[in-house]
Amino acid sequence: MATVLVLITTADGAPDKVALQALALGSQLAAGGAVHALVLGDDAVAAGLGAWGATNVHLARHPALDVPAPDAAARILDDLAGSLGAQFVVGPGTEEGNTILARSAARAGLPFAANCVSVTAGSPVAVTRSRWGGSLLEEAVINADRAVLTVAAHVIEAVESGGSASVTPFTPQLDDADLAVRVVGRVPAPAGGVSLTDAKVVVAGGRGAGSAEGFAPIVELASLLGAAVGCSRAVTIAGWRPHTEQVGQTGTKIAPDLYIAAGISGATQHLAGTKGAKRILAINKDPEAPIMTAADYAVIGDLAEVLPAISAEIRRRRGA
Amino acid sequence: MRVLVCVKRVPAVAGRLTLTEDERALDTKYVGFQVGPHEECAVEEAVRLVEAHGGEAVVLTLGPAEAVEQLREAMAIGAARAIHLVTDGGDWDAESTAGAIVDAIGEDEAANGPFDLVLVGNEAADSGGYQVGARIGRALGRPVVTGIKALSVADGTARCEQESGGGRDVYEVRTPAVVAVLEGINLPRYPSVPGRIRAKSKPVASSSPARPAQRLELRRLVVPVTEAKQAQVLGKGAAAAPAVVELLASVGVL
Amino acid sequence: MATFPSSAKVVIIGAGIVGNSIAYHLAKLGWTDIVQIDKGPLPNPGGSTGHASNFIYLADHNKEMAELTLESARQYREWDVYTTCGGLEVARSETRLEELRRKVDSAKNWGINAYMVTPAEIKEMVPFINEEILVGGFFTPETGVCDSLQFGTLCREKAEAMGALQSFANTEVTAMGVEDGRIRSVTTTRGTIEAEYVIIACGVWAPLLAEMAGAHIPLTPVVHQMADYGPVPLFEKSSKAIEYPIVRDMDVLMYERQDGIGFEVGSYAHRSILHDPEEIPSIEEAKLSPTEMPFTQEDFDPQLEDALELFPEILGDEKVGQKYAINGLISLTPDGMPVLGETPEVKGLWSACAVWVKEGPAVGKSIAEWMTHGQPEIDCNQSDIARFHAHQKTRQHTKARADEAFPKTYGIVHPSEQYLSDRPVRKTPMYEWQKAHGAEFFEVAGWERAQWYGSNAPLVEKYGIQARPNEWDARWWSPIINAEHLAMRESAGLFDLSSFVIFDVVGAGALDTVQKVCVRQMDVAVGRVVYTPVLSVTGGFKSDLTVMRLAKDHFRVVTGAAHGMADMKWFADNAADHTSVIDLTTAYTTIGLWGPNARKIIQKLTRADMSNAAFKFGTCKTIEVGSQLALASRISYVGDLGWELYVPMEQGQRLWDELWEAGQEFGITACGIAVYVGTGRLEKGFRAYGTELDNDYNPVEADMLTPRLKAQDFIGRAALEQALGEERAAVCCTLTVDDHTSSRTGEKRYPLGRQPIVTPDGAPITDSKGRQSYANSAGMGPSLGKYLILSYLPPEHAVEGTKLAVQYFGDLYPVTVARVGSKPLFDPENDRVRGIEPAAAG
Repeated sequence: MATVLVLITTADGAPDKVALQALALGSQLAAGGAVHALVLGDDAVAAGLGAWGATNVHLARHPALDVPAPDAAARILDDLAGSLGAQFVVGPGTEEGNTILARSAARAGLPFAANCVSVTAGSPVAVTRSRWGGSLLEEAVINADRAVLTVAAHVIEAVESGGSASVTPFTPQLDDADLAVRVVGRVPAPAGGVSLTDAKVVVAGGRGAGSAEGFAPIVELASLLGAAVGCSRAVTIAGWRPHTEQVGQTGTKIAPDLYIAAGISGATQHLAGTKGAKRILAINKDPEAPIMTAADYAVIGDLAEVLPAISAEIRRRRGA
Repeated sequence: MRVLVCVKRVPAVAGRLTLTEDERALDTKYVGFQVGPHEECAVEEAVRLVEAHGGEAVVLTLGPAEAVEQLREAMAIGAARAIHLVTDGGDWDAESTAGAIVDAIGEDEAANGPFDLVLVGNEAADSGGYQVGARIGRALGRPVVTGIKALSVADGTARCEQESGGGRDVYEVRTPAVVAVLEGINLPRYPSVPGRIRAKSKPVASSSPARPAQRLELRRLVVPVTEAKQAQVLGKGAAAAPAVVELLASVGVL
Repeated sequence: MATFPSSAKVVIIGAGIVGNSIAYHLAKLGWTDIVQIDKGPLPNPGGSTGHASNFIYLADHNKEMAELTLESARQYREWDVYTTCGGLEVARSETRLEELRRKVDSAKNWGINAYMVTPAEIKEMVPFINEEILVGGFFTPETGVCDSLQFGTLCREKAEAMGALQSFANTEVTAMGVEDGRIRSVTTTRGTIEAEYVIIACGVWAPLLAEMAGAHIPLTPVVHQMADYGPVPLFEKSSKAIEYPIVRDMDVLMYERQDGIGFEVGSYAHRSILHDPEEIPSIEEAKLSPTEMPFTQEDFDPQLEDALELFPEILGDEKVGQKYAINGLISLTPDGMPVLGETPEVKGLWSACAVWVKEGPAVGKSIAEWMTHGQPEIDCNQSDIARFHAHQKTRQHTKARADEAFPKTYGIVHPSEQYLSDRPVRKTPMYEWQKAHGAEFFEVAGWERAQWYGSNAPLVEKYGIQARPNEWDARWWSPIINAEHLAMRESAGLFDLSSFVIFDVVGAGALDTVQKVCVRQMDVAVGRVVYTPVLSVTGGFKSDLTVMRLAKDHFRVVTGAAHGMADMKWFADNAADHTSVIDLTTAYTTIGLWGPNARKIIQKLTRADMSNAAFKFGTCKTIEVGSQLALASRISYVGDLGWELYVPMEQGQRLWDELWEAGQEFGITACGIAVYVGTGRLEKGFRAYGTELDNDYNPVEADMLTPRLKAQDFIGRAALEQALGEERAAVCCTLTVDDHTSSRTGEKRYPLGRQPIVTPDGAPITDSKGRQSYANSAGMGPSLGKYLILSYLPPEHAVEGTKLAVQYFGDLYPVTVARVGSKPLFDPENDRVRGIEPAAAG
């Protein structure tokens, strides 16, 4: 039995999916002990967490929490972990979760294991964590009384326990220093276009496109399908497409229903960003390209020939 | 303006990953090394800031003797000098790494005055710890912003943009500050030949910090077994188009 | 993809420039049922072809390489995958400029258009070059860049269209099946395929494949660094991938060329970076391609400053960045030549390796011809895989020599330059004696051979031999050579000839075998020694050697060290049934004793009658000599009375001592090999294999034939008969140099061989078969007091007394045709060899 504290991050009035996955891992680690969940300022989310395995929900209310303030979040989390005597502090392996947990661990002078795919209680606590965007796993131990970690996205399933939990609102103590880093404004999303992160279909091109002009058939097919345009890192480095379209470990991680990878060989760095795709269609001249071992469907051929033919076929069907 | 940029020497992986016999590192004999992509952009950003504002960009790494190659790369781009915290090549956890960097910053600042900005990569390409920046900032009592894809500095304030929900959140922090940047903040330049030649004579200050006991202690690495899929070949060349469109229809994306 | 076949006539392993080209040329010559496999994908399977810079430089000191390159360029042009841009080699120093003048000489030898250019002319061709640091250069206008991948694809497509070829990518060889010394099958990741012929054409991986079959392909992967810089604003307007000549910056061992809007910089200036074939990553492990290893910037950086100095406008541009850089793997061999032909270990297993893009198409053609006719049109004897002696097949030797040779890729290499690494390997029994006598050792086939003896230095003064004033002419040379020569002519010389390759042909088919291989009549009395040409099917020289008939079914063949292993394979390949070819090279040492006093010296040690009547020229017999029984053979390659004495290797020093002792009262002199292969044979007009004799010339042209051929058939007979019926296009002549004074420097110069023979006004001389005249050999005839040149001349110039010139470092030196044909200038009636007294009046 252990005492576990889980940070639940939220967006648009709902808990983050990865946060619920973290909660599921927290429940396992508690092994019958208390599963505390911390929610920052979102009453509605707090109320629902019992159903996802929390036994106690702590709802921090503070005017400064209207906008993201990672140091404030870290302080609240650290203070709460201290007062609860938590053996585990768990967060979601997202940008937001990782930065808050990292700051919290730094405050507390504790080690921090980001993006764990499994955790084994014990002394010391053993973790397996993701490296190279998931292409490699690291087995490590945490040599500390309290294990601070995040859960890698989409590795552990969130579990709907159907339970309930009491919600304890509180007002955290925050100093000016905790609020020095705080969102002060927002640049809205550019109008039009389909967000890579949310797209149902992504059509991406790689080195095989040959040039910036070589992307024309990719853009054309994407627009026919209402899909987002993506590309590999080789393409952004060459300056053919903007980095915002880069799919991969250091670009965007995508999760479409269908990913069409044209002229992309499938380097480790790229595949790390496509693990969330439900189906992959690879279009490549080389039948032995690494992408083929990750793809569900393949067309062997030059994208400059194949893609226009697909677009023409779609138009023909729609015209008919 | 004085900018410190921290970089890490990482294997330039592309193909299949293979481990060394002791399973504690990647076998790198075929792949070479590079600066991680986030940090490559951080170096470019540091150099651009100094080009715009004047001052000095300093590059720092913690790594084996060979990591001087990566320092030279950064200096070829425009960093004025380098600080090399030399290790014996073993893995350092993020906490120890940050500790050694903080000590080095302290030493350098004592001699040359504070860095307005310390730039780090958002996370290391290999170990993906997501925390060195946060730890440096905490130890030095400086604000830390992470996940940054646009950065400008004016009047002692750093304006930082972080991608979020399709748009961007804007942070403004007072300098000195720590900024963890993401690839895409810029398109790094290729080093020129004069740049490379200048880099050869730029100073590298080396020291060998002691490696503390590791609190996130690496035991071994594992290459995950992913079942290789056997892709269903829909056809060759343009003739495959009807089969592809059938597929689009059947998965409901047409 | 088609199903993988279970059998084929030919399996080609490798789909780089070589494998593709072989496939096409075999198909063109009518072969069918060819299967090509490669472990990588097509069209670029990831070997050295894929990262080649693809430029074709049309000048080489080496004839074989020059011919392979010229033929390759012709093929690339024919298929329109060649962009002519011209090639410059530039010199920053006078020393290099001299070397470039020599290169123009060589280019002229092989009929390649090349000429010297001034810095201003260089600037005109390459406006972005810093000509101020240059002293000059040379230009080959026809140099260009090919598309080797496109060429390879065309080869496969054409062979497929002929119905001759099936290619399988991503198919890796896992085993080779060999039975009774013959290749039977290749096992791959797609299955096993039976094959009559298997050709290994996979470059840097070849040693591993050869090992699978128990054969050896001695090459080692070595790094060549290349980097691409760009974008270059000047090139943005270019309509072609390359509009400016390629520049080889020879002094700093680099090259630079335009590549689209980029500027490619390649270097041979870094340390030798050798790899083992096992170290080459698999396709899955490799970041780029298996033969593109991670770039080691620290090796390249020192060269960048040199490149910047020559191209400040391009590389000094802060906006021009290093976009791409690799450590590309290429193949190097122990002697820098390709490795071609059927392996001596396994019948039917062929090698086509260590070939660069500039030779690939010609090698494909040559291998196909070789497999079809038994002889390629371009003589590939220096590339023949059968040339290697056992120790040369080891990895240690290969790497040592490659390590030594790599920095010389753009170096100035003297024609006699010696390798220093991996020595000594083979010591003759007299090695220590020779060392004590100040021997200068040259290495051939691993043997340490005394080129001359320091202990003979006093003879230089005695005979008044002049030193050569020019350092190049004097390098790897000594006036002692001429002094030893004269001492031999005056009294007697003792020679260590241990490096001879010796093998016996024995058994019921022995006579048939030697008759088939050799031109001269071999059915001679037991005890006869016959010197004979050995021809290819096309009637050119494959070798020249001596054969002793020791018994009815027992012939002993003695041939040179450099090419002897290939000769042995040739006899074995053509051996009749019930015949064995047995290598005895290291069983016997050979000691040569020649000179007017040779008979007196040997007679002191033997009861045998050594008189002309009792021991005729051209005979051999076993006699007692001092402490031992020796096989004595009365022949001479130096043109004097004497014998070769064959005794067991371990007894050689004792016999040497006894001869030395016996010769003291006559003033016997130990003579180095330089007299044997150089001065001695030159003044006798004796031709040598590899200089005068190669497959481009026949015995009629070499003037080595009595008009009547033997009745029995032999290889090359038909071609030779045809040659006998025609007017010869050229004949081997002896020329004398009339004046050694350089018109440019006033210095006395001594051409070392391989220089153009031209008309007095410098025009090249070409015979009706398109062959250029050049100095096949050149050197002093000390007894004649004349400097001699052997050269093939067309009939209009092959007239005694004709004035011509030899071009040496760009200067012309007058020469006179002194002898047409093989009649020697020295002792034309061969009185000395025949032992006719008095002979000592040299």
